[in-house]
Amino acid sequence: MASKLKLKVNGLVHSVTASLDTPLLYVLHNELHLHGPRFGCGLAQCGACSVLLDGKEIRSCVTPVAAVSGKAITTLEGLPALWAKERGAAASSPALHPLQQAWIDVQVPHCGYCQNGMMIQAADLLSTTKNPTEDQIRTAMNGHLCRCGTYPRILTAIKQAAAVMAKGGK
Amino acid sequence: MTGLLHEREFSRKTFVKGGGAMIVGLSLAGTAGRAQAAGIDPFASPGPGDPNAVDSFLMIHSDNTASLRSGRIELGQGSTTALRTIAAEELDMDTDQIRHIAFDTGGPTPSPNTGNTGGSTSISQGGPLVRKAAAEAKQSLLKLASVALGVPVASLTVSKGVVSGGGKKISYGELIGDKLFNVRYTGTTLKTGEAPAKPVSQYTQVGIARIPRDDIPDIVSGVKTYAANVRVPGMLHGRVVRPRGQGAYGDGINPVPLKVDESSIKNIPDVKIVRVGNFLGVVAPKEYDAIQAAAQLKVAWSDPPKIFDVGNLWRGMREFDSKGQAPARIAFNSGNVDSAMASAAKTWGGTFKYHYQMHAPIGPNVAVADVTENSAIIYSHVKNGYGVTRPQISAALNSAADLLYGKGARVYDQSRVRVVYYEGASSFGGGAAHVDNGETAAIMSMAVGAPVRVQWMRWDEHGWDNYGPATMWDVKGGIDGSGNLVAWDATSFGMAAYTKTPSEVQVGQPIPTPGNGPADTTYSGTQYNIPNRRIVGKTVPVLNNYFKTSTLRAPNAMQTCFANEQVVDHLAYLAGMDPYQFRLKNISTAQVNDGFNQWRDALVAVAKAANWQPRVANSVKQTGDIRKGRGIAMGGFAGSQAANVADIEVNVKTGKIVTKHMAVAVVAGLMAGPALAENNMSGALIMGVSRALHEEVAFDKGRVTSLDWVGYPLLRFKDHPSVTTVVVQRTDLQPTGNGEPPTAAAAAAIANAFFDATGVRLYEAPMTAARVRATLKAAGFTA
Repeated sequence: MASKLKLKVNGLVHSVTASLDTPLLYVLHNELHLHGPRFGCGLAQCGACSVLLDGKEIRSCVTPVAAVSGKAITTLEGLPALWAKERGAAASSPALHPLQQAWIDVQVPHCGYCQNGMMIQAADLLSTTKNPTEDQIRTAMNGHLCRCGTYPRILTAIKQAAAVMAKGGK
Repeated sequence: MTGLLHEREFSRKTFVKGGGAMIVGLSLAGTAGRAQAAGIDPFASPGPGDPNAVDSFLMIHSDNTASLRSGRIELGQGSTTALRTIAAEELDMDTDQIRHIAFDTGGPTPSPNTGNTGGSTSISQGGPLVRKAAAEAKQSLLKLASVALGVPVASLTVSKGVVSGGGKKISYGELIGDKLFNVRYTGTTLKTGEAPAKPVSQYTQVGIARIPRDDIPDIVSGVKTYAANVRVPGMLHGRVVRPRGQGAYGDGINPVPLKVDESSIKNIPDVKIVRVGNFLGVVAPKEYDAIQAAAQLKVAWSDPPKIFDVGNLWRGMREFDSKGQAPARIAFNSGNVDSAMASAAKTWGGTFKYHYQMHAPIGPNVAVADVTENSAIIYSHVKNGYGVTRPQISAALNSAADLLYGKGARVYDQSRVRVVYYEGASSFGGGAAHVDNGETAAIMSMAVGAPVRVQWMRWDEHGWDNYGPATMWDVKGGIDGSGNLVAWDATSFGMAAYTKTPSEVQVGQPIPTPGNGPADTTYSGTQYNIPNRRIVGKTVPVLNNYFKTSTLRAPNAMQTCFANEQVVDHLAYLAGMDPYQFRLKNISTAQVNDGFNQWRDALVAVAKAANWQPRVANSVKQTGDIRKGRGIAMGGFAGSQAANVADIEVNVKTGKIVTKHMAVAVVAGLMAGPALAENNMSGALIMGVSRALHEEVAFDKGRVTSLDWVGYPLLRFKDHPSVTTVVVQRTDLQPTGNGEPPTAAAAAAIANAFFDATGVRLYEAPMTAARVRATLKAAGFTA
């Protein structure tokens, strides 16, 4: 049974029509045409579909859309605005989030399919742990799978982004 | 034709202007419309472009940038960036002035056919084609500039695509912007440094510049359009319906739906069941409805053939062999192995087993197919559009149409089957993606008369992949009293690669009889000077006994090295020698490809990078639960040579091995993009660790049972090693492959490190904690 729902995604409220049990991922991709969160397993095992829900990483492939109505959803596309908000800058002209910039600087992605979840999880980590140790990063990222073998560069990039964010983006 | 932008360039500009993902879907919807506006039939698939024409590969634009159609695809390894650099070097442009245009068999300018993007050949085989086109383009541009500037060609210089001479300047863009070159040439390739290409000594970019990939900003900001993101107007969502997990190649990949209970999904709105022969799928307007329908549809399937389950895999191979059903062939033979082995001072050997492994891309295969009465467009992450995807999809549609509409009622000629590339998740080899998934979308689209997007579910991907073959090796080696390798006798039990997709078989095409299994003669002692050496390949009976298999990153090399490089290592131990010194003493300095000493170069480079300290393996007494070990091994692939060093820790109580550091050195001739190569090597190493320690396809007596990431675990973030990668740059040699060689000896190096830590050999991979624990226990090992 399709229902009308309001979803707050990346700071904008969208009206969507979907059955209440539809996983959030399919609404984000097929109705809102967002490309950040991706289908990987549909089982919450790999993390390719991750988004932030009120700032915490969740798996959109198993989260019913009914469960997130009214909450703030941030996708990969919304990280720049989130970062702008965090440092009190104008959201209208957001630079890339320091994690995204670090991902470019370190040349992290290979195919890049999993990297959405990697950056989302790292954003969650850095929102609570400003200067994570290597062990903290390894533990926080352990639920995300990469087939191309990019883990070492992700580790480097998170450290770089943490340092940039600690200085307020300078 | 001139001045017409390929739709991808158009869509990229749209992204930039629109700045948002919302527009991306429209860009594809516009594909057909724009092509039609340009007077081009969107379904036309006239490619490949002329292999002897500059215009097939390159276009210079008015803004003094260029588009490159290499015919190769980007798999995330940076190959298209390296190909841009190769073109830029010859054209005297900067790499960032050149963008790479994705593969397409149709559209305004169909891609040239430069072969399969596989086997680490994009640079070694695609590079010479790009180099030729770019060098010819440069000559043509110089002639145009000579006329325009009134200066002889010999007095012209070029920088960043601007030609200077006689105090005047003119850009490539001004000379030919968006017009055709109309230059044809004889021959299609030009080797590195071969005239009219630039001599290597004059290179300023190839092999030198550390160029970042230009596709990464779109990836990290979420605006990249993957194949999974492709939408076309009126598109429906399909899901394939098959048993969970394939059976053996043969009847096991042609499951028969004996009974389909349509009422089992009557609660789901607007679902259509597609049945063509034994092919079964569901199509619905909403993706989640299609997913639920595929999961809930009750189907009674025919039973797959009875096979040896995973616990009896190796016993089964022995049984087939003892019954004479595993025919042998001698793949390599030199000297007199039997007498040399008999007179060797010391011999050692064993049986080594390597389980089936899967491609396991993080994103399952996905394709959008738009099939009409006589035409089709397939949008997907194909690797060999001209050689495989187009002919096989054409044939599959013809077979399916014969069943649905009557024989010959519909014909899908290849010239009417357009294949358009969008990137997928990397799968490193001949995964099911490249044809089977596209066929499922095409058959469903034809049946429902609308475009259909099919992304496989995780269990489809895991369960219906073309696995890396399970392989068993019997290996024995001998040394003389001075630590020289004198004899080698090795036999592999291999399985032939599959040649038919389940979709094709389900719509009535016959299953070809499998050929010979591989017998890897390339990394089975080849790294050393061994005067008496015999390699035998036995082929196990694949049909109705083993799963469909195909190439998986460095095909057969991991299995081969795991066996053969442990025997080398153990002979070093028996000789009382350091394993690096032993290898160096025995290393082959013979000619490989077009150069000498590559094996030595790789070995010496990795030892230096890893600060190798000579000592005999397992010569440091250790106590406690955690033991440390260091191992070395050599392997390679795609004509390249690699050497690995592994530093591990093993918990002797739990059996868990953790790699702390992995180093690799690769000799691959002139590596066009050193930074890209290092990144690629790092990824290949990590994947090698994953395959060495964790990855194993499980199955019962009928079907594969590894259907998700719990049933088929990968190396996780917590346990990944730091990596050291060494590009051994050989500017004197033609490029060979780099994407696979670091994987080849990764498992062998880890196994050798394990022996260093414990004094125990591991004969079966992956070296999971349970397997290691059992091995230690059986060896009487007490912590």
